[in-house]
Amino acid sequence: MALLDKHGVIEKNATLLLVFSFLVVTVGGIVEIAPLFYLENTIEKVEGVRPYTPLELTGRDIYIREGCYVCHSQMIRPMRDEVERYGHYSLAAESMYDHPFQWGSKRTGPDLARVGNRYSDAWHVDHLVNPQAVVPESVMPKYGFLLNTMVDADHIGDRLATDALVGVPYSSEMIENAKADFAAQVDPDGDFDGLNARYSEAFGSPAVNVRNFDGQPGISEMDALVAYLQVLGTMVDFSTFEPVASR
Amino acid sequence: MSKKPTKHHQPDTTGHSWDGIEEYNNPLPRWWLWSFYATIIWGIGYSIAMPAWPLLNGATPGLLGSSTRANVQAEIDRYAAANKPIEEKLVATDLTQIANDPELASFTQNAGAAVYRTWCAQCHGAGAGGNDRLGYPNLLDSDWLWGGSIEDIYLTVAHGIRNDEDDDARYSQMPAFGRDELLDDTQIAQVVQHVRKISGQEYDAALEAEGAVVFADNCASCHMEDGTGDRAQGAPNLTDAIWLYGGDVDALTYTVANARFGVMPSWSFAPEGGEQRLSEAEIRAVAAYVHGLGGGE
Repeated sequence: MALLDKHGVIEKNATLLLVFSFLVVTVGGIVEIAPLFYLENTIEKVEGVRPYTPLELTGRDIYIREGCYVCHSQMIRPMRDEVERYGHYSLAAESMYDHPFQWGSKRTGPDLARVGNRYSDAWHVDHLVNPQAVVPESVMPKYGFLLNTMVDADHIGDRLATDALVGVPYSSEMIENAKADFAAQVDPDGDFDGLNARYSEAFGSPAVNVRNFDGQPGISEMDALVAYLQVLGTMVDFSTFEPVASR
Repeated sequence: MSKKPTKHHQPDTTGHSWDGIEEYNNPLPRWWLWSFYATIIWGIGYSIAMPAWPLLNGATPGLLGSSTRANVQAEIDRYAAANKPIEEKLVATDLTQIANDPELASFTQNAGAAVYRTWCAQCHGAGAGGNDRLGYPNLLDSDWLWGGSIEDIYLTVAHGIRNDEDDDARYSQMPAFGRDELLDDTQIAQVVQHVRKISGQEYDAALEAEGAVVFADNCASCHMEDGTGDRAQGAPNLTDAIWLYGGDVDALTYTVANARFGVMPSWSFAPEGGEQRLSEAEIRAVAAYVHGLGGGE
């Protein structure tokens, strides 16, 4: 035990103690964190997950701005009651382009991970304008002002480029066309082939929802938010998904 | 647990001395020490039994083969298997006979309520009262747009209304008399007063006289001469006090001018290669539940 008896050396030298403490914590960190970056089953590969379109990304920013995440999680846990109510449990790949992700364990409202295509656009507008009109027992605040607040997409290209910096696969073509794609998604009578080619076809994802989401002229924050809500959880084709047993 | 050292039993010191202050070298409490060793042994055992250590291509699976995903699937399968006999019986039973079988009636009441709360309550309300201004029908009253027999309710739930995903969806479309310039503003104001009259509300008699003619020429083919509606076309009864989008002059004027186009999803819809939104048994259960809410015919 001669080595153990020498602990006095470390205890009496603060710098040395700091260096050794750091080394010990580093070992723990490497063992716990490093495998997540190389293990393939951390984010299993699934078909269809794509980056958000410019309009959906704007809606996502509004979602975060309004603090929706304070009451709504986006993470269906692998438990029977959750799967029966909300649908297939969430996969890591489904939030791999989220910065930041919207997981959570605080649910005052329901989980929204698979709210996409579950209700009509008109329902979302009715509900956001006055939640108690459709769900009398709801405690959700009213968001009617979103209908009257128009969004310009002046900086949407920069917004995409910023996400590209942290690894979201926005191509230079997507960034160049961001403003046009932004407007194309709310105009079902216009030309949205480019939008679909860049987002849906390039990623093997379902066709992009192109609709006048809020039912009124112009592109309001309501359009953006509803477009975002309507795509949540709809990208993965679960008929081709085989769960990996080791998870 | 700790006792103050007494003169009889003076513990050793660590030998450290700072400004004359010394440090006792008391042993750790035994209960604490053994608990500590037990957690270490438990930790080693746990990491062998359960998925734990990251290796090159994945983590060690653990001797027990535990998997959250397999667990949830087993749990779902277990309930599905338990419900299978009664669900098969429900699918095989004629809809009108469900109420005569106490076991099925009790099952549909509970299973239908669960389906209703998960999939229907958002629009029709948790209490099924709907919303008489936003166009979400009340399911508690005896006023039905497309029929209130259990077979009618079943068809409505299974295929929905005016959606574009199901070819069998119930479909009808009222013309937008104002927007498409079928009637001018005066005629719309007149016919609105006529609707106010037949629904038993206050009305302007001068406008209403002309409105009755407009109604007979433009509306009676679907809403019938007396305004009692036609369920075959989903044309609402205009003579009762029950409204989908409001019965005041402004709401009626908007309805006549722009028409309404309420949509209900098809609950038997299945995406390519996927399962139906609701299974046949779930659709039957919720149809029986809604039929039993009070207005069923």
